[in-house]
Amino acid sequence: MFKKVLVVNRGAVAARVLRALNAMNIPSVAVYSEADNHAPYLEMASQTFAIGPAPARESYLNQDTIIEVLKKSGADGLHPGYGFLSENAGFAQKVIDAGSRFIGPSPKWIDAMGHKTRARDIAAQYGMPMSQGSGVLPDDNDAILAAARKIGFPVLVKPAGGGGGIGMLPAKDEAELLTAVERSRSMASRGFGTSEVYLEKLIERPRHVEFQILGDQHGGAMHLFERDCSTQRRNQKVIEEAPGPLIPRDKAVGVADQIAGIMKSMGYDNIGTVEMLLGADGSFNFLEMNTRLQVEHGVTEEVTGVDLVRAQIRSAAGEKLADILPGKPEIKGHAIQARVYAEDPKNFFPSPGKLTVFRPPEGEGIRIDTGYAEGRDVTPHYDPMIAKVIVRAATREAAIDKLVEALDGFDIQGLKHNIPAVVNILRSGQFREGRVHTGIIGEVTGKKI
Amino acid sequence: MARIEVKSEITGTVWQLKAKPGDQVEGGDVLIVIESMKMEIPVITEDGGKVVEILVKEKDPVAEGQVVAIIEE
Repeated sequence: MFKKVLVVNRGAVAARVLRALNAMNIPSVAVYSEADNHAPYLEMASQTFAIGPAPARESYLNQDTIIEVLKKSGADGLHPGYGFLSENAGFAQKVIDAGSRFIGPSPKWIDAMGHKTRARDIAAQYGMPMSQGSGVLPDDNDAILAAARKIGFPVLVKPAGGGGGIGMLPAKDEAELLTAVERSRSMASRGFGTSEVYLEKLIERPRHVEFQILGDQHGGAMHLFERDCSTQRRNQKVIEEAPGPLIPRDKAVGVADQIAGIMKSMGYDNIGTVEMLLGADGSFNFLEMNTRLQVEHGVTEEVTGVDLVRAQIRSAAGEKLADILPGKPEIKGHAIQARVYAEDPKNFFPSPGKLTVFRPPEGEGIRIDTGYAEGRDVTPHYDPMIAKVIVRAATREAAIDKLVEALDGFDIQGLKHNIPAVVNILRSGQFREGRVHTGIIGEVTGKKI
Repeated sequence: MARIEVKSEITGTVWQLKAKPGDQVEGGDVLIVIESMKMEIPVITEDGGKVVEILVKEKDPVAEGQVVAIIEE
């Protein structure tokens, strides 16, 4: 097991990983930017290092500084959390070259899954279910049109190097296609440093259903079922739940088993999530794979009772899955998570500010993951998530009621937050009936987002 | 001629200047792009006219409601 682990992140995930390390009696090292000085979770760490100014590229993304801290602290493991450097294969390799272990999959998997068309190619080779798609598009307009005709309209233009839904544009016919390709290229080159784009068959009103994977370094891989994360704004998740509503259990478990089998034959060796789009026809289509801990891992933990962060750390330390999780995990009850964002509930614009009041709800079956506390500033430098409210109950209906109650009891003042918008969705008939899809927020609010 | 103050809707950092003094702009044009919480939010002018002043530069912090540009109709 690790002697000491450096946590290279901030906020809720830094708090979450530090909590796991403390439970495992592993000494921990935390880092903080100037904006996060005195953040409440830093008290959980055995040791802390200041790593520079507030902008992430000068602190949490500054690889040289972080490798220096790694060496100085003598940590033999590094947990990247999610976001920042968690899916940077070059950085993972630097950690390994410095003589430590990266708590995540091997750099080759981060690299392979980080490039969308290459990830599709690899997944396809292993028999992953997926919709039709193209390779990286050439510059030639005729070739682009031919690629789209082969797939069949409508298609979705997607950046090959990116994520987070940035630069994704639908095209319903040939007239729209070339403009969409051009716009997507420009957004991709600005956002991801490469203008490579490709096409996928557009799945209309899709659900986002993802599968939690855990692999070890001995050829073992398993799944911990699915999560539905369809409720999104601007292609970013707002509400996540497990198990997925209105999916027959044998179907969900069948797809999960199939994916776990693929991960095993690939030799995937740590935590990961395979994201799929579920079409109205019941087809599951590979979207992408995230080679890291997911923001919504908590709902899986709540329904399976498995501590995913501890399991991830043990796997990275070289333990076998058979020892980490000896029994076959089962789903008990239902869990739902709401992401509380510092943003205007009407137009979803960011709303940084000071948390003059910040009193999360408490109660049985309510879990709060946060990196903030009353009196702290939510700065414009980082993403707007201020807390995750996770609830667990015997049924989906009871879980929805509990989440609404918990959110209603969350007293936040000093900035605008999205709780009114989330409660509005949770109360809608469409959500309660489980008729979720990635456009549900727009449909419930009547707004284009 | 009416002087119109264009304000930022959000707190953040100036990421890009899309207009400069002297430019003719139309209602709906993007003058400045503000980066906040990993998002790019445009500052859009509701009115057309001539840009008289851009009151911020790249990387400047801006507050919600802060006047960032002046336009003359």
